Amino acid sequence: MAALVFVEHDAGELAEPSAQALTLARGLASEVAAVAVGSVDGLEAELGRYGVDTLHAAEIEGSYAPAAWAASIAELTGRLEPEAVVAAGTDVGNEVLAHVAARLDLPFAANCIEAGAGDGAEVTRTRWGGSLLERARVHGAVTLLTVQPHAVAAVEVQGSAAAVEPFTPALEEADLVARIVEHVAPPTGGVSLAEAKVVVSGGRGVGSAEGFAIVEELAGLLGGAVGCSRVVTSAGWRPHTDQVGQTGTKISPELYIPCGISGATQHIAGCRGAKRILAVNADPEAPIFASADYAVIGDLHEILPAISAEIRKVRGT
Amino acid sequence: MNVLTCVKRVPMTGGRIVLTEDQQAIETRHLGFTISPHEECGVEEAVRLVEAHGGESVVLTLGPADAEEQLRDCMAIGADRAIHLVTDGDEWDPQATADAILDAIASEGAAGVEYDLILFGNESADSGNYQVGIRVAHALGRPVVTGLKGIHVEGGRVRCEREAAGGRDVYQVPLPAVLTVLEGLNLPRYPSVPGRMRAKSKPVASSAPTRPPSRLEKVRLVVPEGQGKQAEVLGHGVDAAPRVVELLAEIGVL
Repeated sequence: MAALVFVEHDAGELAEPSAQALTLARGLASEVAAVAVGSVDGLEAELGRYGVDTLHAAEIEGSYAPAAWAASIAELTGRLEPEAVVAAGTDVGNEVLAHVAARLDLPFAANCIEAGAGDGAEVTRTRWGGSLLERARVHGAVTLLTVQPHAVAAVEVQGSAAAVEPFTPALEEADLVARIVEHVAPPTGGVSLAEAKVVVSGGRGVGSAEGFAIVEELAGLLGGAVGCSRVVTSAGWRPHTDQVGQTGTKISPELYIPCGISGATQHIAGCRGAKRILAVNADPEAPIFASADYAVIGDLHEILPAISAEIRKVRGT
Repeated sequence: MNVLTCVKRVPMTGGRIVLTEDQQAIETRHLGFTISPHEECGVEEAVRLVEAHGGESVVLTLGPADAEEQLRDCMAIGADRAIHLVTDGDEWDPQATADAILDAIASEGAAGVEYDLILFGNESADSGNYQVGIRVAHALGRPVVTGLKGIHVEGGRVRCEREAAGGRDVYQVPLPAVLTVLEGLNLPRYPSVPGRMRAKSKPVASSAPTRPPSRLEKVRLVVPEGQGKQAEVLGHGVDAAPRVVELLAEIGVL
């Protein structure tokens, strides 16, 4: 039983979700090979520590081109005949495996947290951004799946560096039509929502765009970022880049402070990575309290300024 | 230019998911329905593109008879007509869904309608399979770019922007193309009352394809454990402020 894992890396440094995918793959196959694109120098040692014996290095010139990357994996799959092809459930991993599935006319299970092997393999995959799980069977000669990031802990094993086998995939012109032609750098300044240690969010309860002044004040005092719920972006009170949720940004701060947010599954899917949640809501029955560690019950329009004032008092500013 | 946007009827789940007794679906007796948020932006983008470039904006869904409600909603914000592939309510797996959409596109082609752009949500809100748009593009032999938050049609090409590492990656592909989009691409308009009135008389072409066996076969759904924490109440109203600030200090974020 062999598995082929498509791994993502940054100039030879293995991406964490790919280490997690390798760990899951080891559980369903006795032999694990990896495939990567780009400059793989240094990757072979790290892959060895995740139990990979061979790294197939696809030599594809230039920037990310999903169809071309998938063509190389499909070609390798035909040659190695693994029982499973696995990748991380990242934007790139899900995209590339969907292309592989289309090329090979095979079913593909995205964002699995558990998986078996063989035709009819049983998997558990996430739905609704992780708010619901699905037990499913994958009916294909090769099982294609991605692993939900942060659902499986990456575990190293004793192992020597993987052997590197470079190959040049046979590509067609059509495989290279959709590829990155330019990267626009991020705007500078401000605390990024995805990276912030503290996030203070407002929901419908804030009431208006202007109402966010007190949310911004508290976030500013804590050196944190301002977030919001989907209701707020749909109303145009805040830009979509501020949205925490299944269709917004997934955050993982030390502390998350949702204010006036009821706690729909759409929102919870975006803040499941928060270490602690302190919810402020006027409704003691609000579903957000079922996901929170700490609760303050009452009107956020009074409570947030009181917290900000108390912080200033404690700091003597 | 002609734009086809594929949408899916999904329940508005609210705060807590409850399953049907057979664990095959979400209990929706008390829920409203919508389309996936990504797709709302897709429909809005299609309407804007047709406003700017002329042509026709068509919405397509594979779903139960009740999904006509979502097709009317899409036409209320400006889609010109709809294609409804009617199911008995059972889920179709991603390959079967893509094949049914391809058959519908082939029928449109036979009737002389060719689409310059076919839009999908990057993934559906409910099953989240991340693949139907890519399968359709592959079968049609068209380029596909996914996860887009910016679409600019310039001549016979489309400039696509996707967020990456805080910035944006740019792709340029020729038309015709398949694109999958994310919420945040635009701010969808609310339907107007006249828009709703007009939507009632816009055409919906219905057909009922036969569901093939699932190759990604749902066995059952499970609500994950660990929901339902008991939050520690720090206080009520402004009197809670000192205790909150103590906590901020304790966890080292003050």
